[in-house]
Amino acid sequence: MEPLPVVWFIAIALLWTGYLLLEGFDLGVGMRMLFTTRSERDRRVMLNTIGPIWDGNEVWLITAGAAMFAAFPAWYAALFSTLYVPLTITLVGLIVRAVGIEYRGKLHTERWRTVWTWLIGVGSVIVAFCIGAALALTSTGLPLDANGDRVGGPFVWLTPVAVLGGLAVVGFALAHSATFLGLKADGPVRERAGSFAARWAPLCLIPAAGWAILVQFEHGGSVLSWALVALAVIAAVVGWIAARARREGIAFTGYAGFGLFGVASIFAGMFPLVLPSTVDAAFDLTLWNAANGSYTLGVMTVVAGISLPVIVLYQAWSYWIFRKRVTPGMIPEVHIVLPAVLRAR
Amino acid sequence: MDVLDIARWQFGIVTVYHFLMVPLTLGLGMMVAIMQTRWVRTGDEKFLRMTKFWGKVYLINFIIGVATGLVQEFQFGMAWSEYSRFVGDVFGAPLAMEGLLAFFVESTFLGIWIFGWGRLRKGLHLAALWCAVIGSWISAFFIITANSWMQHPVGVVKGPDGRPVMNDIWAVLTNNTALAAYTHTILGALVVAGMFLLGISWYHLWRRRHDGIDTVDETGHVVVGQADAAPGRDRTDHGVWLWSLRLGAVVAIVAFAGTVISGDVQGKLMYEQQPMKMAAAEAACHTGSDFSVLSLGDPGSTDCADVVTLIKIPGALGFLGTGKWGADMPGIRDLETHYVDQYGKTIPNKAIYGDMAGTDVKYVPVMWVTYWGFRLMIGLGGVVALGGAVALWLTRKGTVPSSKWIMRLALLGIVAPFAANIAGWIFTELGRQPFVVAPNPTGVDGVYMFTAAAVSPGVTVGELLFSVITLSVVYGIMLVIELFLMVKYVRGGVASSMPELASPASADDADNPDHRDDVLAFAY
Repeated sequence: MEPLPVVWFIAIALLWTGYLLLEGFDLGVGMRMLFTTRSERDRRVMLNTIGPIWDGNEVWLITAGAAMFAAFPAWYAALFSTLYVPLTITLVGLIVRAVGIEYRGKLHTERWRTVWTWLIGVGSVIVAFCIGAALALTSTGLPLDANGDRVGGPFVWLTPVAVLGGLAVVGFALAHSATFLGLKADGPVRERAGSFAARWAPLCLIPAAGWAILVQFEHGGSVLSWALVALAVIAAVVGWIAARARREGIAFTGYAGFGLFGVASIFAGMFPLVLPSTVDAAFDLTLWNAANGSYTLGVMTVVAGISLPVIVLYQAWSYWIFRKRVTPGMIPEVHIVLPAVLRAR
Repeated sequence: MDVLDIARWQFGIVTVYHFLMVPLTLGLGMMVAIMQTRWVRTGDEKFLRMTKFWGKVYLINFIIGVATGLVQEFQFGMAWSEYSRFVGDVFGAPLAMEGLLAFFVESTFLGIWIFGWGRLRKGLHLAALWCAVIGSWISAFFIITANSWMQHPVGVVKGPDGRPVMNDIWAVLTNNTALAAYTHTILGALVVAGMFLLGISWYHLWRRRHDGIDTVDETGHVVVGQADAAPGRDRTDHGVWLWSLRLGAVVAIVAFAGTVISGDVQGKLMYEQQPMKMAAAEAACHTGSDFSVLSLGDPGSTDCADVVTLIKIPGALGFLGTGKWGADMPGIRDLETHYVDQYGKTIPNKAIYGDMAGTDVKYVPVMWVTYWGFRLMIGLGGVVALGGAVALWLTRKGTVPSSKWIMRLALLGIVAPFAANIAGWIFTELGRQPFVVAPNPTGVDGVYMFTAAAVSPGVTVGELLFSVITLSVVYGIMLVIELFLMVKYVRGGVASSMPELASPASADDADNPDHRDDVLAFAY
């Protein structure tokens, strides 16, 4: 067994885990903008909990995609071209959401804020759903021919598995963001997030658990991958108990642990497949037949091996800088932008 | 329209759009970093205001660049899956490096900078901005490296299945095409930023005169005034704009001079590496050394039959191409014969070429695009440099003329370097056709790919139409919103980005029972 493709399979699993765990709460906070708050100040509290960090979190997605290209181009090409329509929608979601977060506070009319609130919220739902669907499909299979091209129409991907994966990431984002806000916000936002984490979050995690278990049945999970599923469930239960006791730190760790072990169990269950073909097992993309040459993988291993630990360090530092809870009192008054003009033409 | 045409249009649209934001991000980021450095060093309030104002405009632009950059990375796999498979061993590496070594730095530290006002020590806060800006410059390097590999593939050997296999990452990263193109791109970005500073600062200096805040004495020197009625319109404000204007003008002139040198290096490389592109840029139909100053012909023409050169400089083309006056440069006709010999008269009869299989290859790029794209790039860049020099002269006595028309011209000038950048990219990308990976005539053997073979075989016309229309509409709306916000913040002057100037009372109301000292200096 050549080691480098395995290293890169693990690296890509790590990048996706980083993305789902970090942007997971960003996306959830975005969705919550739609429904859990009544006052504008609360919405601003929520948005500012992710303000300094959301853009850095999104880079995990970009790097996960680029790493797939750099290590397993056949996987990248097959998955991205087959999922053309949902990924186009994902891109639109990512664009309006990113622009929304940055632009929402730049003007202060009622309509401006409402429109961006909706775009941030709906964009977050779309991104979470489509990314979840894409990952669920790559873990269970798509109709691919021998070249790795799609067999069937543009919507052949729209299966119950895709919906399950979509709901899984949406649900996880909702649960994860509730405990995140419990740690990062104060006032009414913290209260409501805490009660959501105690009451509804376990329900939100069910699709993700279903996806993880489905992957194990689909590919005859190993002892390791089943053990990871078990750990995920235990972490979720611990998180839930802590959430009911309003132990916010443990609750956050528990739900995050669910995400961590859940993603790990899915990748462990897939191994060594990266994208099975539902047409013929002979067309399956595995980490052996999709991988690049050993020179390229070696170069990338050195680059990633040095940079990823450093990235984790400075991102952790950025979280440390902004560790203080965002309270309603910290939100500055709105600042109206007026032309610096004395007399009209 | 077939899949190939739509896919190419889509790539063109989203890439050109993305590159409206990119040069401003690259150039203005550096300007803001310099301004903040001056503030930290000197403590001069003027530089703090410059940092805040230009920083705000920078961020309004930055986010659209980030958002549209996502599309860039996804679309190789989505619309160009055959390309992705073909080049995967070498092309993915710089993209992944961009993420790991540059984009993480850029995004994380920009977040720290935006929210770090008042929370970090001054020096650390400044360092965060420098990290973000340097991150964006490194990011550009990796992207240019990837693109340059398509123009001039190096560091690979042809593998058993015909795909390039990378064997020298160092050669890929130090590709002479990439080093020249990177220098040229960064300098082009600085021209954009310089003109941006110049145009907007001109408006504010004009506004101050128009509003009667600044006046000129009998020698024409400025008499700086102060207006209490308009927030931020004090004496320092004048310094903000005059300093910004002069910085912008100097940067634009120096950077343009740099693009002339780097462009010359690129041109000489291109004559070795992609001679057809350069010949098409010069409308040089026949081998010779005459440089065309003005050629006219049928705009849709891709052959030489009806190109008429009206003004030419004998011998100059040889000088531009090789450094030797009068040296003969290969013309389009001779090159075409050569290309047919080397790479075949027709597109190979392979399934991946679809309808294009067996058809004649058009080795000559769309000539009016390459010819005029090339000249537009150089001409508009020159206009900006000239404008910068004129601006320095006109403002030598401390303010701008009171003419509204000159002010409008200065604002309009902001468009020129953007257009020059775009024209340059359209020239170099369309000039590479019909190849998506151009052959390397002096190095790696047999590694090239026709664009016709690069599209995703499984993707339908309907899907591509859906994405190109959706993205175009979303991009169009985003552009309107970005411009609207920018105009709003630019018209607001420094006070638009510094709430403390607009309501100075709130800054020192420590006696106020509601006052708290942990209010965020910046919040969404």
